[in-house]
Amino acid sequence: MTEPFIRLQGVRKVYRTRGQEFLAVSEVTFDVEAGELVTMVGPSGCGKSTLLKILAGLHPHDGGSVRIGNQANPFDPSRDIGMVFQQALLLKWRRILDNVMLPAEILGLPAKASRERARDLLAMVGLAGAEDKYPYELSGGMQQRTAIARALVHDPKLVLMDEPFGALDALTREKMNLELLRIWRESRKTILFVTHGIAEAVFLATRTVVLTAGPARMADHIRIELPYPRTLDMKTTAAFGDYSRRIYHLLGME
Amino acid sequence: MTAGESAWRIGLATLAHVAVILAWHLFTTLGNVPKFVMPTPWDTVLALIQPEYRWWDNILVTAAEIYGGYLLAVGGGVLAALVFTWSRWLDAAFMPVLVSFNMIPKVALGPLFIVWFSYGLLPNALIAFSIAFFPIVLTTARGLREVEPDLLDLVRSLRGSKWQIFVKIQLPGALPYIFSGMKVAAILAVAGAIVGEFLGSDKGLGYLMLQVQVTLDTAAMFMAVILISLLGVLLYALVIVLERLVVVRDARVS
Repeated sequence: MTEPFIRLQGVRKVYRTRGQEFLAVSEVTFDVEAGELVTMVGPSGCGKSTLLKILAGLHPHDGGSVRIGNQANPFDPSRDIGMVFQQALLLKWRRILDNVMLPAEILGLPAKASRERARDLLAMVGLAGAEDKYPYELSGGMQQRTAIARALVHDPKLVLMDEPFGALDALTREKMNLELLRIWRESRKTILFVTHGIAEAVFLATRTVVLTAGPARMADHIRIELPYPRTLDMKTTAAFGDYSRRIYHLLGME
Repeated sequence: MTAGESAWRIGLATLAHVAVILAWHLFTTLGNVPKFVMPTPWDTVLALIQPEYRWWDNILVTAAEIYGGYLLAVGGGVLAALVFTWSRWLDAAFMPVLVSFNMIPKVALGPLFIVWFSYGLLPNALIAFSIAFFPIVLTTARGLREVEPDLLDLVRSLRGSKWQIFVKIQLPGALPYIFSGMKVAAILAVAGAIVGEFLGSDKGLGYLMLQVQVTLDTAAMFMAVILISLLGVLLYALVIVLERLVVVRDARVS
């Protein structure tokens, strides 16, 4: 049996502020295979964003172990992470193409090849022709597509998304979910996707990790056996309803 | 704004200015206002042909004081803000000192500057500098600090350096703030230089105003005020043109 791409075992994080301890996340144990799209769902304060920051190497963890990469997919923590946040966080003074280029510039990748790649990625996220526009000329959904292209430009092995569609209206969000599934299929990236939307968590995922707050711990992780490509019709099926019910149950919200 | 709309605005603004001058003219002629109380616009223009007032020399002196002090303030202010942002230690220690210094009415420094630097261009430029310096430091420091934490995370996840964050994100992000400080400072620098000339000086438009006050040549005083204002308008206009060239529309701070 080969090793999984990501293995988290008993991961725990405690924040200390002014002598007070605050449990941010605990008992997190799950594996992610290369190429999976794993969602993490839970209420505010369940530690899902903390978990992403631990995976991104931005925060140390206090207990358990975090291992990313295996023989087939060696992982370089300094260049194999792509990040997308709730806000697109584009640089207002840069054109769209130059915004996508940012990670490539930071890593010092060859400029010409990176520009080509940025162009291709913009086309993939449906923004061909917007390369020379400024962020303010784009809608919220288009800005978020730019942010996704930016997260892919340095060809990272792992993409971390922290409620990327949380600030979008409901219909745009559904559309972006379908887009993300297509982008995921085409780019074959491993994606970890944080959300507090249960339907979104089930709809996207190969597997969903359920986290609870107070105390912040992982309740369970569930393999979502719905076939791909996923369609919006699936949201009305009995199987989809069963998964959603199970998550509500785990979150204590029947 | 379309080209037609901006032409309409410029036309209307010009018309309004002409209307004000016309009202001035009508008020003085129809009201039989004595010339030493309020000259007509034409009398004011005629003041320019009196060679003993040496307009051109005085304009050059005042311009040198305003623009010299202003450039010093922009350079020094931005530099000081950079230093404060780079070192938390310096920021904590000296920013409060700077705020205390800012409480000094800069005009009160005039007599001191005269003691230190004698009469003339230098002390007046220094008053302009001291009054224009603070708004630039404060707005620049604020602009440099105003970085989205998530954006920092994105750069750090790629092991980006402090220098990269500074050059690619902080500095261009601070530009709109720098310009907003520069606009405030442009107006203050003019006031500073003129007050300096009032306090003690043997050249300049402010000095000239005091001279002609004795002889009740009010028309020359009016002309001096107009020329001082024009020096200010020119500076302000240059700042705005520069801002349009460097700062993307959406990023501008009004």
